[in-house]
Amino acid sequence: MPAVEATTPTIRKTALNAVHRQMAAKMVEFNGWEMPVEYPSVGGIMVEHNAVRNGVGIFDVSHMGDIRLAGPEGLRAVQHISMNDASRLAVGQAQYSALLYPQGTFVDDVIVHRLGDDDYLLVINAGTREKDFDWVQGNTRQFDCRVEDLSDRFTQIAIQGPKGVNLLQKLTGANLSAVKFYWLTRGTVCGLNDILIARTGYTGEDGFEIYVPSDEATSSRVWNEILEAGREFGVVPCGLGSRNTLRLESSLSLYGHEISDTINVWEAGLDRFCKMEKPDFIGHAALARAKAEGLKTTLVGLEMVERGIARDQYKVLDDRGREVGYVTSGSPAPFLKKNIALAYVPPQFATAGSRVKVEIRGQGVAAQVVPTPFYRRPKKA
Amino acid sequence: MPYPSDFKYTKEHEWIKADGKIATIGITNYAQGSLGDIVFVELPKPGSELTAGKAFGSVESVKAVSDLYAPASGTVTEVNGELNTAPEKINQDAHSAWLMKITLKDPGELNSLLSAADYEKFVADEGAK
Repeated sequence: MPAVEATTPTIRKTALNAVHRQMAAKMVEFNGWEMPVEYPSVGGIMVEHNAVRNGVGIFDVSHMGDIRLAGPEGLRAVQHISMNDASRLAVGQAQYSALLYPQGTFVDDVIVHRLGDDDYLLVINAGTREKDFDWVQGNTRQFDCRVEDLSDRFTQIAIQGPKGVNLLQKLTGANLSAVKFYWLTRGTVCGLNDILIARTGYTGEDGFEIYVPSDEATSSRVWNEILEAGREFGVVPCGLGSRNTLRLESSLSLYGHEISDTINVWEAGLDRFCKMEKPDFIGHAALARAKAEGLKTTLVGLEMVERGIARDQYKVLDDRGREVGYVTSGSPAPFLKKNIALAYVPPQFATAGSRVKVEIRGQGVAAQVVPTPFYRRPKKA
Repeated sequence: MPYPSDFKYTKEHEWIKADGKIATIGITNYAQGSLGDIVFVELPKPGSELTAGKAFGSVESVKAVSDLYAPASGTVTEVNGELNTAPEKINQDAHSAWLMKITLKDPGELNSLLSAADYEKFVADEGAK
């Protein structure tokens, strides 16, 4: 009996959609967006991944959302909804944080940028744009602060890898060597004035994210100028496939996988971004209680020991074959040349070296707990 | 890449080449292209029985797992061990990177499979979707 067909929601496209298609990118649907997953013409996921690790790659991340909080109580508003301590931010500085529910679980993870004295920009996930905006607006009404959704204003391009700074410096008047990691500046980029340039990313490498006007003409011109300027560094366009393998090697969380509305901050291992000494933020009380109760499950890194690839949602078994946990994200790691995964397991399995199994098509395949991050970029000499 | 005319093809993008009662099986160039970089191949052991149309193993790319379906029934005699350490050979030349050889239970089963021309048309239609 055929199911009644629901109306297909319209799939959203970034301003660079036509450019990706022209480059014959393989397109997929991701959280309601049509995005490039890889570019076969440059060699695909593995080539893209290693280009970022060794040189430079660029990503269209315009599907991400942007919420601005500005006003005399902008800081108080941010402090109320965000678990990290935004009062530590100087103007021009950014920090990783999360918005939490009262239960101490995740609404979303976020990068908080301090643009001005009372001016903050939250960059959030694509799939949670509307939810986050409603959450932020609904939970900051008591503060003298304007909340604006700027998500559609920007084409956001990430330029990632050790040569990212060399590439971007060719296109901007801003002195990038003066911008430390997780700081930002504004400058002329590709002839456009006053462009936000942040030394942030989701790859575990040095790199930048630029926010240019989202009209198609400007967006495609900037993208193509970046590719041209990056030729000497071997730049390649990179899709969501390599974005995922890069962030997994660096053990960065992905909403809906390592963090979600049923997982709390301690379980996800994001303690260092959660400032409990802040007297109050949404989720504080629940987190204090959870800390006192102790962990029942915890996020660990796994490396496959026997032949096999652990993938999202595969079960983790103990050595007797009993189910003890599950994989949140798993994949081959193109740079490390191993098969890795992040998984939730009970704390007694969490020590590095612990042996577990991952159930792959009915068989338990041996894996071992390893320290994270799996990959850390080399320190500059 | 042209599809060899002495192969037969399935709609699941496998190829099979019969030589009397022995047949060699692989996946097509179209399959390797849609998968992307192949990183892992899981094949049955020699001696395993295959039933036409049933899943017998899998091929994995970075992003996905893809089941393999037997083009014909028979017994596995040989498996391509090279693919354990060099699965990318399938991407390099899918029509020579054979997966396994089988003794056919009923060579007549191949008559219902697609010819190279039919398969090319099938793939062209897939691409147009």
